[in-house]
Amino acid sequence: MPIQVLMPALSPTMEKGNLAKWLKKEGETIKSGDVIAEIQTDKATMEVEATDEGTLGKILIPEGTADVAVNTPIATILADGESAADLAKAPAPTAKAAESAPPAAAKSEAPAPKAAPAPQAVAEPDPEVPAGTEMVTQTIREALRDAMAEEMRRDPDVFVMGEEVAEYQGAYKVTQGLLQEFGAKRVIDTPITEHGFAGVGVGAAMTGLKPIVEFMTFNFAMQAIDQIINSAAKTLYMSGGQMGCSIVFRGPNGAAARVAAQHSQDYSAWYSNVPGLKVVAPFSAADYKGLLKAAIRDPNPVIFLENEVLYGHTGEVPKLDDFIIPIGKARIVRSGSHVTIISWSNGMTYALKAADELAKDGIEAEVIDLRTLRPMDTETIINSVKKTGRAVTVEEGWAQSGVGAEIAARIMENAFDYLDAPVARVSGKDVPMPYAANLEKLALPSAAEVVEAAKAVCYR
Amino acid sequence: MAAPKKAAASTPQDKTDGGSPPEFTREQELKALRDMLLIRRFEEKAGQLYGMGAIGGFCHLYIGQEAVVVGMQMALKQGDQVITGYRDHGHMLATGMDANGVMAELTGRRGGYSKGKGGSMHMFSKEKHFYGGHGIVGAQVSLGTGLAFANNYRGNDNVSVTYFGDGAANQGQVYESFNMAELWKLPVIYVIENNRYAMGTAVSRASAQQDFSKRGVSFNIPGKQVDGMDVRAVKAAGDEAVAWCRAGKGPFILEMQTYRYRGHSMSDPAKYRTREEVEKVRHDQDPIEQVRNRLLAAKVSEADLKAIDAEVRDIVNASADFAQHDPEPDAAELWTDVYR
Repeated sequence: MPIQVLMPALSPTMEKGNLAKWLKKEGETIKSGDVIAEIQTDKATMEVEATDEGTLGKILIPEGTADVAVNTPIATILADGESAADLAKAPAPTAKAAESAPPAAAKSEAPAPKAAPAPQAVAEPDPEVPAGTEMVTQTIREALRDAMAEEMRRDPDVFVMGEEVAEYQGAYKVTQGLLQEFGAKRVIDTPITEHGFAGVGVGAAMTGLKPIVEFMTFNFAMQAIDQIINSAAKTLYMSGGQMGCSIVFRGPNGAAARVAAQHSQDYSAWYSNVPGLKVVAPFSAADYKGLLKAAIRDPNPVIFLENEVLYGHTGEVPKLDDFIIPIGKARIVRSGSHVTIISWSNGMTYALKAADELAKDGIEAEVIDLRTLRPMDTETIINSVKKTGRAVTVEEGWAQSGVGAEIAARIMENAFDYLDAPVARVSGKDVPMPYAANLEKLALPSAAEVVEAAKAVCYR
Repeated sequence: MAAPKKAAASTPQDKTDGGSPPEFTREQELKALRDMLLIRRFEEKAGQLYGMGAIGGFCHLYIGQEAVVVGMQMALKQGDQVITGYRDHGHMLATGMDANGVMAELTGRRGGYSKGKGGSMHMFSKEKHFYGGHGIVGAQVSLGTGLAFANNYRGNDNVSVTYFGDGAANQGQVYESFNMAELWKLPVIYVIENNRYAMGTAVSRASAQQDFSKRGVSFNIPGKQVDGMDVRAVKAAGDEAVAWCRAGKGPFILEMQTYRYRGHSMSDPAKYRTREEVEKVRHDQDPIEQVRNRLLAAKVSEADLKAIDAEVRDIVNASADFAQHDPEPDAAELWTDVYR
């Protein structure tokens, strides 16, 4: 029976890719290990190797096709003795996909939060963008790169350092093209030395330079957390205001997909506990750009928490020469009167989807994207809760001593008399992140949990 | 200079050179004496104030190690940066920071270098290019490497002098920093002040390689052991290291063999060594007495030396007086300087 070649998943978070090129023609002999095609993901161009031998029977997806979903059959290979006539015997694509790759298939059946693009439904106009501004559609990855490039053009003291940021073009391709434009002096590949290069960055910042320190992920920044907190966050205070540092620590934070406990931790609560740091965790492409530019210009150390799952998501980014979103301002992304849902970063994916679901049941949720965790925009939260009388927080991190707990405390302190129900928290479960697809899904928050929590506080 | 630059390039690991280091001029001797005395008397006074309860918390005295910072400072030029750990009062005075400001910081007063918010371990001076004062053992090594990175980035010829102890020399980030410094040829002098004890742990009990000048071998960083009790030897080694760095050849390690007379901090009874050991170093190697004896042998009058003593005592007494009478910081200072 002819063998189907499926669109491979080439990274933990890849959902689709472009079929860039076929390197074998129909009728050509194929040996195991031959490179048969090139696939372009949002991070890189990867080669597809044949794992079976025979003859390339039929190309099902022509080269140049964009956005081919993972596990889609892209070609068939005929075994010895089979001919084109046997192609009809090939099994139905879905059955084959499920049979040959159960984990990936399970992932493709996973609910919207991981597999579907983030909801971009925005009811409220962004107050930072003047009416009539031209918008460009960009991935978050591109928005981040443009933010860095613009600030590096503007200020020669800004440079970027980290693992694989230069020649490799970024482990997640966020720094793509920066080396070519700014050269090796300002785009610096470091050894795998988080503790050391974080300290080097802080030392350089103490002299007035403005480093952008990329951590491949914030999980690895635990090696460097002493320099971030003891050196970067405290020096201004310890020096009586004489010496501080303007530095950005950035990189993906929180869960990606199927990378298990040591690579899936949310540090929102950790860093937002520390005076002297500012902590930013945006969700939309425009916010990623505007807030990263603000972070680079900020004279204080800024922790810029990105999210790997969101890197490939697109959004509308204002085409403005100097688009800055002020740090410390939350945004009401969707207005409503029955319940306030507060989240940030990828938590917004669940929050917005839940708001859609709730609307079907007649519950109008007001959704607040915090964007900055420290300083926290308490005023926006409180004003909303005074209106709705109910609040649900959504975070991927753990509940204990989490950001949701902090928000709940602030609501209690500032709007106790306005509350019609206790504040509800939706969070990551109180376990290290498991690897198995079903368990990982259970460990993360879901839109369904947000819906349930919102209904509970509405006594519905 | 005892060992020319070239020798260091071909044989990176030099032992202390045999024979005496190059002689100082009379002016250099007098300056070294005065600067070392200032540190000694200042630290003695700080010890007294601690005993009176005027200084709180941790207070790590530099007594015995004065030749290291004074000799190194004589090898530097304006713009070179200095950074160190928590035994930092001597470094600050050597860079020319004001004794009143340092002492008032020790007593937690508003006229202190950090307005009373940093204390003994956390002081800074942009003007004197002193970058602290760091309380986490070894953290200043990465930071000091970052200062050198900035010099390189800006294309100036300043050198970062990064001090740390024999204890800090065992921290992991020290070697991460060594690797980057050599890889990027950063102008940083790593001055390892080997005073033989990391708090209460003798070097022999904590260090597999006790020759700290060799700690850069696997990174190809040249190193040199120096008699850190002889200010002339320190200055000569400093000159050599500075020339190496300014020539763009990358980092240089200087192991300063020195000794602290007092405990690790004021609260350390120093039971891990004998009184005789301390007395022997004081008697045979005291950095200040060495200079004083040479000056007397060179027919400098007792009266001239007493005048230096008097000048130093006046500065120190004035600083103690200032530090005890300057008001504490305003309560509103609690909330300032968190962000700018």
